Amino acid sequence: MDLLTTIEIEAIKLSLKISFWALLWSLPLALGTAWILARHHFPGKFIFDGIIHLPLVLPPVVIGYVLLVLMGKKGLIGSFLYEELGISLSFSWRGAAIAAGIMAFPLIVRAIRLSLETVDQNLEAAARTLGARPITVFMTITLPLITPGIIAGAILGFARCLGEFGATITFVSNIPGETQTLPIALYGFSQVPGGEDSAFRIVIISIIIALSALAGSEILARRMHKHIGSGS
Amino acid sequence: MIKFDVHKQLDTLSIAAKFESQSHGVVALFGRSGAGKTSIINMFAGLIDPDGGHIEINGRTIFNSEAGINIKTEQRRIGYVFQESRLFPHMTVRANLVYGRKHSPSDHSPIDFDQAVQTLGLGHLLAQKPATLSGGERQRVALGRALLANPDILLMDEPLASLDAPRKAEILHFIEIVRDTFNVPIVYVSHAIDEIIRLADTLVLLDEGEVLAVGSVEELTSRVDLWHLTGRYDAGSVIPALIKSHDTKYALTTLSFAGGTLRVPMIDASEGQSVRVKIRARDISLALQKPTGISQINILNGKIREIGTGEGQGDDITPHDINICVDIGVPLWVRITKLSLDQMKLSVGKEVYALIKSTSIDRQSLGKKGPQNF
Repeated sequence: MDLLTTIEIEAIKLSLKISFWALLWSLPLALGTAWILARHHFPGKFIFDGIIHLPLVLPPVVIGYVLLVLMGKKGLIGSFLYEELGISLSFSWRGAAIAAGIMAFPLIVRAIRLSLETVDQNLEAAARTLGARPITVFMTITLPLITPGIIAGAILGFARCLGEFGATITFVSNIPGETQTLPIALYGFSQVPGGEDSAFRIVIISIIIALSALAGSEILARRMHKHIGSGS
Repeated sequence: MIKFDVHKQLDTLSIAAKFESQSHGVVALFGRSGAGKTSIINMFAGLIDPDGGHIEINGRTIFNSEAGINIKTEQRRIGYVFQESRLFPHMTVRANLVYGRKHSPSDHSPIDFDQAVQTLGLGHLLAQKPATLSGGERQRVALGRALLANPDILLMDEPLASLDAPRKAEILHFIEIVRDTFNVPIVYVSHAIDEIIRLADTLVLLDEGEVLAVGSVEELTSRVDLWHLTGRYDAGSVIPALIKSHDTKYALTTLSFAGGTLRVPMIDASEGQSVRVKIRARDISLALQKPTGISQINILNGKIREIGTGEGQGDDITPHDINICVDIGVPLWVRITKLSLDQMKLSVGKEVYALIKSTSIDRQSLGKKGPQNF
């Protein structure tokens, strides 16, 4: 007997794939957003800040529904994507990656912003007096110093993506092999009679994945800490 | 060579400062905290933009509001030593030291890495991270990092302020070596007059954002009208001199200066080297005849050039103290009581003997003068 069933393997693969792609698009965007929030002042900043944080405070189903309306084949953005580029987001894993990324976005922004705010800007000024252009200063000083924050944000975001349920099921539904991630599979098993054993197996799988991710992040964080040097 | 003439309105301070320096050595910006020293040095660095005016370093304009020139910080070819070392915490000492070399645009021959490392005694620290360094070591690395960027000018903003006394002396010594070895002009900000007497050639006196006086350290520290800024209690004359000989038996050094010779506590410098001696006005006594059988070994003869009114102000001087300038070849300020003035019937033109205890001359005040005018 195989260790895992086909449905379980598919759900694991899908969960990891969706989380990976969600992080891939949201992480760079979150870095830019965190930079704007940490370093710039402009009128209406608090509104911008509020919009960024909406996924954190709104029920996920609301986000999923808004996505469905906007990104569905007949939605404002979705119709354009479908007719011009032939891309359909609804009922596809791509849509799930969009939904997961949006839900994780404020968490990643917060983690990066916090670490950006602790970077001593005097160090950046010092680098400029030594001849480094702003982009060089960012790459050689700022980025290395906020790497722990970026890693923390990525871990948080990855965990949020793995656990994403409400927005995903509302936007892309529950399609085995396409949008049926671990939480959605678990929900599915819990809704049918005799599904308790299968549901329990998915609970165990989820715990193992979560613990591995935590352990991995801990090892990474220690290595980073050693690299940057304790204190300054 | 430096030309600086800018104005800038800050939150609490209005800066309107103009000064020039022809010499190639150390220009000191001196003033109380809040006088605008750091703002001015940051305008040299391009970290603060002036509202208007112009700044020139070695004939190169780095800021000119009329011509619309404002060279970016990273292209100004400066080396900046900050009060807090500002070393990059994620890099080794070596990576910190070479950071400027990698990025800084420079059109003159680079300063030799090995020579700089050896001069500053950094060889054994190269593999370490800044977090493991002591305060003095950090400032040495910061000094090396600024120097190795091959700057046209070194800017130093109170580089000793966060150090304890022994470390201060150590770093001061290294700054002297850098000044004498590497031939880079230095703008040095400080509120400690002793550091400036040791290091600087040109002194720019600042108060509330304005330049009160510009001149040689000897000239300005000897001006009574500036003593309220340069330090009233410790006020005195700064005299340029040459090392004539050392007396190891008594641990004394004989200096020759325009008015004769002076014996002071032993200085660690070779014969023929030029130094600067600060003699506090309150440490000198006057006599009408050449005294014998006394312990003061420096007895200098001269005529009274000026008698101050002694309208005592401030905390440290009482109205019955009188400042008298005696011409002993150089002007020497002496502080005596009004009672002594009256009893000795002193007047301008009268011949007197100035008595100076060798031990009253602080070894720390014996600054080595840097090489000048090349």
